[in-house]
Amino acid sequence: MIFAVGLALVAVLLAGAYLATSRDLLRCLIGLTLFGNGVNLLLYAAGRFLSTVPPVIKAAETQLGQAANPLPQALVLTAIVIGFALLAFSLVLAERLIQVKGSHDLLELRSAEPPAGADDRPVVEEAP
Amino acid sequence: MNLVAAPLLVPLGTALLCTVAAAAPRLQRRISSGGAIALLVSALLLVAEVATADRLSLAAGGWPPPFGIELVADRLGASLVLIAALMLSVGLLWQQSDVHAAPDSPVLQPLLNGLVAGVCASFLAADLFNLYVWFEVALICSLGLLGLGGGLRQLDATLKYFALNLVGTLVLLSAIAMLYAVTGQLNFTALGQALPATATAVTTPLLGLLLLAFLIKSAAFPFFAWLPASYHTLPVPVLALFSALLSKVGICALLRTWSGLAVPPQPALIEMLAWIALLSMLIGVLGAAYHWDMRRILAFHSISQVGYMLLAMTLSTGRGLGAAIFFALHHSLVKASLFLAAGVVFRCTGHYDLRRIGGLYASRPVFSAGFLLLALSLVGIPPFSGFWGKYLIVRESLAQGESLYAFVALLVGALTFYSMLKIWLEAFWKPHPDQDWRPGEPARLGPAYVGLAGLVLIVLWLGFLPEGPLAYAMAAARTLQGGIP
Repeated sequence: MIFAVGLALVAVLLAGAYLATSRDLLRCLIGLTLFGNGVNLLLYAAGRFLSTVPPVIKAAETQLGQAANPLPQALVLTAIVIGFALLAFSLVLAERLIQVKGSHDLLELRSAEPPAGADDRPVVEEAP
Repeated sequence: MNLVAAPLLVPLGTALLCTVAAAAPRLQRRISSGGAIALLVSALLLVAEVATADRLSLAAGGWPPPFGIELVADRLGASLVLIAALMLSVGLLWQQSDVHAAPDSPVLQPLLNGLVAGVCASFLAADLFNLYVWFEVALICSLGLLGLGGGLRQLDATLKYFALNLVGTLVLLSAIAMLYAVTGQLNFTALGQALPATATAVTTPLLGLLLLAFLIKSAAFPFFAWLPASYHTLPVPVLALFSALLSKVGICALLRTWSGLAVPPQPALIEMLAWIALLSMLIGVLGAAYHWDMRRILAFHSISQVGYMLLAMTLSTGRGLGAAIFFALHHSLVKASLFLAAGVVFRCTGHYDLRRIGGLYASRPVFSAGFLLLALSLVGIPPFSGFWGKYLIVRESLAQGESLYAFVALLVGALTFYSMLKIWLEAFWKPHPDQDWRPGEPARLGPAYVGLAGLVLIVLWLGFLPEGPLAYAMAAARTLQGGIP
């Protein structure tokens, strides 16, 4: 089990890293999200896969016996929610950027840091 | 009553109330001001309490650590919370002036308070995963604040900030996951006790990964690209808040990791951090020397000043950590004030571009004198506050026989002086390039001046009466190291 998860982890991380280095804005964001999901898988695997018994203490007992580790599950749920919020924000941001700029190409996005002017000196944008 | 949770509950509550009152802008502003004052009071009480108690702890739900999520206020965390509260108050005061204030949007106040809540909680978190969650709260709110302007420049800056910070976050999360897999702990204290039992061949790369994540968050070389790409698109009060707090979140986490988890620090990690520190100092100040936009000059200075803090931390002794803490407090105040002063320059002249402005010393001598004091504090001319931080770093470097560190620290000081001199000569000293230019009379400068004057007084206090703050920083370093001198 752990080896299968390890293999899946490597595949997801590599695919995410590959997409994240793309020049296309949406591909880049999807790559970052995919990478994030790979990290979530790592977080989940950090708790080991020893048992599939739910971690609930039975009525008559005081101790949890052999059961699944609940902590990484709680952690990974939190991380998934945060990742989803960031994905939602980034997609709206990308959509708006593409509307305003009219281009998907990340190399054309130089508005915040414009290249040097004709005299090789830095350009200072007109104040807002 | 335990005050430890107040610095996150107060701004979170304020953000909630502000969201409810979104339809009534005046009411929203009042709620926000009330929240800022309450936060300031609780931060002051916390600092006073920590000064005698060393370390206050709160375990959520009454579960004892390491099982419960723990919040800890020590001197470092409490003083940074105080700075966050102070900067929020100054920022809200600044919003009353017309000096490049943030656009009045119903989401502005909730986002500002949410950012402060996230930042304050990161200063107090004693649990790695909880730290990650609060990092994300601060990240999401700062993304909202960056995108608030809605122009192409702001959107572009938001994207760069988002993508690079997300990489930092993912590195942090994977470091946390692997540290948990190795030790089964997330609490800083419990991790510090569990790590020495593990082979260094395993722990050193993991700690390196954790440090890497915090280095990205604190904008050190070569991970700083998000900072100069985004800061200059912000309105001035938000910019001051960002510059005072965001890189400090990374620095605070680095200090806790370095003094609590990486003990004793591995030579490989020391080597890595030292080079990163030296290169941050140099590259940052060279970037500042190149630019002509005041905000971008100051943003690049932040990178170089983060280098100083890292260098002090690398020295690893109590005095080195104390110097790093003093430097962080000094830098938050001075850099935020300089950004605010740049806003006043912009309001008086209409430009941030140093080539197009001038003659401010003739028209506004008192403000110019205030700017000069701040600039000299940043450079570290004695007896201003930057001097004490740099003096401690140079002395401790020489005491450890690291003359390269001392040399670079002094060289970067000289280069910082050059680029601050550039702002002074261009914006204040030289006559305005357009001879027909007359200073316009801004409508509402008063609140801006009051906020700036308050910060200048605190900076002067740090410089002229440094015994108290220095003793506080040294005591903070001792608590961080668990009482070892």
